[in-house]
Amino acid sequence: MTAKIVVDSVNHLYRPPRGRPVLALENISLDIREREFIALLGPSGCGKSTLLYLMGGFLPIETGAITVDGKPVVAPGPDRGIVFQHFALFPWKTVRANVTYGLERQGLPRAEREARAQRFIDMVGLTGFEDSYPSQLSGGMKQRAAIARTLAIDPDVLLMDEPFGALDAQTRHLMQTELLAIWQRSPKTVIFVTHDVQEAVYLAERVAVMSARPGRIKAIVDTRFDKNDPAVHKSQPFVDKVDELWGLVREEAIKAEQREAP
Amino acid sequence: MKAFVRYSPLLLIALAWEISSRLGLVSTLTLPALSDVVAAWFDLAKSGDLVANAATSLWRGSIGLLLSIFVGGALGIGMAWWRPLNVLLGPLVELFYPMPKSALIPVTVLWLGFGDGSKILLIFLGCMLPVTIGAFNGARGCDRMLVWSVRSMGASRVRALWDVVLPSAAPELLNGIRSALALTFVLLVSSELIQARSGLGYLIGFLGGGGVYDAMFAVVLTVALLGFLADRLYLVAMRRVLIWRE
Repeated sequence: MTAKIVVDSVNHLYRPPRGRPVLALENISLDIREREFIALLGPSGCGKSTLLYLMGGFLPIETGAITVDGKPVVAPGPDRGIVFQHFALFPWKTVRANVTYGLERQGLPRAEREARAQRFIDMVGLTGFEDSYPSQLSGGMKQRAAIARTLAIDPDVLLMDEPFGALDAQTRHLMQTELLAIWQRSPKTVIFVTHDVQEAVYLAERVAVMSARPGRIKAIVDTRFDKNDPAVHKSQPFVDKVDELWGLVREEAIKAEQREAP
Repeated sequence: MKAFVRYSPLLLIALAWEISSRLGLVSTLTLPALSDVVAAWFDLAKSGDLVANAATSLWRGSIGLLLSIFVGGALGIGMAWWRPLNVLLGPLVELFYPMPKSALIPVTVLWLGFGDGSKILLIFLGCMLPVTIGAFNGARGCDRMLVWSVRSMGASRVRALWDVVLPSAAPELLNGIRSALALTFVLLVSSELIQARSGLGYLIGFLGGGGVYDAMFAVVLTVALLGFLADRLYLVAMRRVLIWRE
């Protein structure tokens, strides 16, 4: 199987506005397969989001290289859609206008834009809220709108930056189930950043565990098993995987925690 | 009805004004009776002096303000979007922002004479910085992730500036423009009072100098009313633009 995305020996230096540069990512190499759901798991500050932004073309790649379908990433593009933790919706546009925006940039004619937007709004369960502004929606609904907006342009690669991190526990659980269902229906290459071990195991086929700063790939764990069982969270393979990954992440979380301490 | 109740204190002041002049509590040389002022207003309006001078003033004010909005807005957003511009212009903005712009009245007259040009330049210079600062702060507060989002949806950098940075800057930019609108009237009238041959400020000075106080007060009230109306209209328009903010 050929790789969809190849991350090859990438380092990244974070330069804060004041203070000394910090090595955020060190020698990251990772092959991501076509239509694979992979999670980047690690403690906060390990650079997992930075790695995602590099794949998105939002930050300059200074050393190493990232290719998508063999082509080096130099800028953002509609082949790589992104969903952020804090939604990044247009506050001044309605749900419908938020979803049609990308379609307009893609040059779709108006009627087609409207129909396609409606399809994705319906799919994420926002029917009836087409004319609401983001400020009138709950956090979960905002994220649904953001997901509809990104999926509507049909990107090959879906970059997700802790998309459910700002949601309450029930909503998060619901959204995870729905995302998994969407992905199972039409698999895309998904790179999903999270610090939640259960979330990673439940959603992903493979989990890349990252170390505390500077971020390195510490281990890659296969997490493929039947996830359609409603009681999957209590099943033995699930519990075992969570334990295994917890063991890997724990150490790093402690290191990150100690660094935060004054 | 609500508006009437809200502005009823104005009616009380008008009443107090009329009574105190009529009863001779204040000299009519200091404060002519309101009814005389209103009568003088109608005379001025009939003679055409009021309309002609008001038209001159409003023309100067609108051109100066519009220039300051376009240049100031572009500058503020440019400074937020492109660091070198901020490095270059930031200190200048800081230096000139607190300067009393009326000090420029003789300067603009020296450069452009007694006509429209000097007034327009003064208003442009005086009103630009509040707009610049509003646009700058608004654009700086723009959601970087939203810029990234639109870039990943196929928007160019310029497109992102237009579609994300400009609307993000709108609330603060529009507040800056509101300050500029008020400043326009201040600078307009003061510059016309000092060095001009037409305009409402000139008319106030001319009538005051000639001792025609009721007519002078009529023009002063006209200026106050125009300023008030402009601000109200602006607020209505601004609320409409910012309807998305709950």
